[in-house]
Amino acid sequence: MTSSHSKLYSDDVSLVVVVVDTNPFFWAEAALPFANFFEHLVHFVNSILLLNHLNRVVVIAAGVSSCAYIFDSSDATAPGGAGVAATFDKTKHKVKEFIDQDALATKGNSSVDSNNAASLLSGALSLALCYIQRIFRSGTRHPQPRILCLQGSRDGPEQYVAVMNSIFSAQRSMVPIDSCIVGTQDSAFLQQASYITGGVYLKPQELNGLFEYLAAVFATDLHSRTFLRLPKTLGVDFRASCFCHKKTIDMGYVCSVCLSIFCKNQKKCSTCGSEFSRVMPDLNSMPDQSK
Amino acid sequence: MYGVGGSGVGGGFNAPSTAAGRRRNQDEDDEEEEDSAEGRVLEAWERAYADDRSWEALQEDESGLLRPIDTKTLVHAQYRRRLLRRSAAAAAARIQKGLIRYLYIVIDLSRAASETDYRPSRMAVVAKHAEAFIREFFDQNPLSHVGLVTIKDGISHRLTDIGGSPESQIKALMGKLECSGDSSLQNALELVHGYLDHVPSYGHKEVLILYSALNTCDPGDIMETIEKCKKSKIRCSVIGLAAEIFVCKHLCEETGGSYTVALDESHFKELLLEHAPPPPAIAEYAAANLIKMGFPQRGAEDLISICSCHKKIKSGAEGYICPRCKVNVCELPTECRTCGLTLVSSPHLARSYHHLFPVAPFDEVSFIPNRGQKGAQNCFGCQQNLFKPGSQSNLHVRCPQCKQHFCLDCDIYIHESLHNCPGCESQRSFSS
Repeated sequence: MTSSHSKLYSDDVSLVVVVVDTNPFFWAEAALPFANFFEHLVHFVNSILLLNHLNRVVVIAAGVSSCAYIFDSSDATAPGGAGVAATFDKTKHKVKEFIDQDALATKGNSSVDSNNAASLLSGALSLALCYIQRIFRSGTRHPQPRILCLQGSRDGPEQYVAVMNSIFSAQRSMVPIDSCIVGTQDSAFLQQASYITGGVYLKPQELNGLFEYLAAVFATDLHSRTFLRLPKTLGVDFRASCFCHKKTIDMGYVCSVCLSIFCKNQKKCSTCGSEFSRVMPDLNSMPDQSK
Repeated sequence: MYGVGGSGVGGGFNAPSTAAGRRRNQDEDDEEEEDSAEGRVLEAWERAYADDRSWEALQEDESGLLRPIDTKTLVHAQYRRRLLRRSAAAAAARIQKGLIRYLYIVIDLSRAASETDYRPSRMAVVAKHAEAFIREFFDQNPLSHVGLVTIKDGISHRLTDIGGSPESQIKALMGKLECSGDSSLQNALELVHGYLDHVPSYGHKEVLILYSALNTCDPGDIMETIEKCKKSKIRCSVIGLAAEIFVCKHLCEETGGSYTVALDESHFKELLLEHAPPPPAIAEYAAANLIKMGFPQRGAEDLISICSCHKKIKSGAEGYICPRCKVNVCELPTECRTCGLTLVSSPHLARSYHHLFPVAPFDEVSFIPNRGQKGAQNCFGCQQNLFKPGSQSNLHVRCPQCKQHFCLDCDIYIHESLHNCPGCESQRSFSS
């Protein structure tokens, strides 16, 4: 590991893992071009690194057919002016290379089209969490990790289970997941992620000022956040959607074997094939309970 | 002092193996190794008072010289045995898992529980780990219920009713911890059998007995009670703290549970936490049913009402509104006190999905990939270098589906906590 182990870590040292959505279908039609967005991101990463010399940033790109690590501030060579400019140039180059490779991989896959293409948020979150676990293993003195997701494309419902697994694992390791939505629609997955893990969810209204939103809301370390008034979403809709029609329901029927949710009573579970023995009476509380 | 030049190496767990490599030939420097391994916290002689058995971290190599045990590969080997055992059992037949569990934990508070072979006493160790177990249990099985039963003076007594909230169980457990008298397995089983009869038919009935005694003083024939439990499809498991007892073994074999005996405190904790994930369930044991459940939303901010659980005035935004009877409840998951509807939120159900879609065990590989492949030197998950030149074994793992390589630590993390393979999630499947 690097020599930073011998330095003293205080509460405000952070490791930020930034998950960047590079879905070409989304960026082709976005109001803010990707190059400008990337500039905002580079300035933001720079500002985090300037806040504390022990801060670390890792950037992971989530594409349509693949995910990869783009930047890790702990492998930067020499600090100093020329070193920094060269590092960021290298990063820009790497992003371009990643997007090209991702596009090539997507072209060969006929099941993806512009209507249903969601970026691989679950893969990027899993990579981020593995990296964070490595930081936890590196000893008692380590920066406080958190994840920031910059998401533009919509949620892919096929990733629901994987995203929820990542969220619960982040919750157990106490890693907050912040989200900044650079697209037009809210993302239910990220709203739940930020709510469950204690992160911040933000959908900026003016994308040209993205850097200001990022620096004001997401740059502070976890310890200092207790002194700030950050945007708070009042309540997240945790209602489930039924497996048969995909509409959100208030009350439904759950299969006791595989936990699939249905909106109407039926004889057989379509997911696990279990036959239901009889119609359950509505009162499923035990008769000898005093309350 | 020893003049430790080597302790300039930073803290963390990489220190022992490198220090050992350099000092293998000097027995008297073993104390020094432990010193630099610990960092700057305690001297070796201080640690002996703190009850650290530092001699256990050493092992003899072929020529009789001492070296520290490579704990990482040991831990990984242990974890792999557990994982393969579990997945072999599951893959043997299409065995379902009982996701909705009604578990009674029976804690033995007889005279034997005051023995001090576990520090400070068996009862204290059991209580401490039972608390951790209850939290872990609710984390992995959010829709399940737990109740507590104690055995004292030959009589078994229900400490808490079966319920879905961990806090009340833990509070009751920590409240009264005194032990005396004999222990009676039959009384405990009879009591639990009586209570588990009232449980809904789709639930899996289980009992976990934490048994410290070496005998059981029963009023009648325990074999009959065991038959009764078997007929009611209650799965009984026992974790013994003393020694293996025939009657416990027979009980577990008859009812399909597992019987294990703990060797020491950390082994006990490991055995206890093995019971947290849902066991493979025999399909006929619980009828498949459609359970009616409600998914409440938070109330409006300006709605003031009295919550039905604590009878206190709460604002609507702090609680949830039952979709059927519209009363305010404070936390989920719970059963609405007014209409009896089970109220959950979708993340609670999602917590159990990983039991249904587990990650396949990874294959162990130890070859070095060809030089041409640039990225293959690093673990795909954490980007750590997989190949340390000069280390004895380049053991790492590979996912059978996406063929990505991972280090041992990522392997353990992925299978025990994350339940997603980063490699498989990072590629788009070709036919969706």
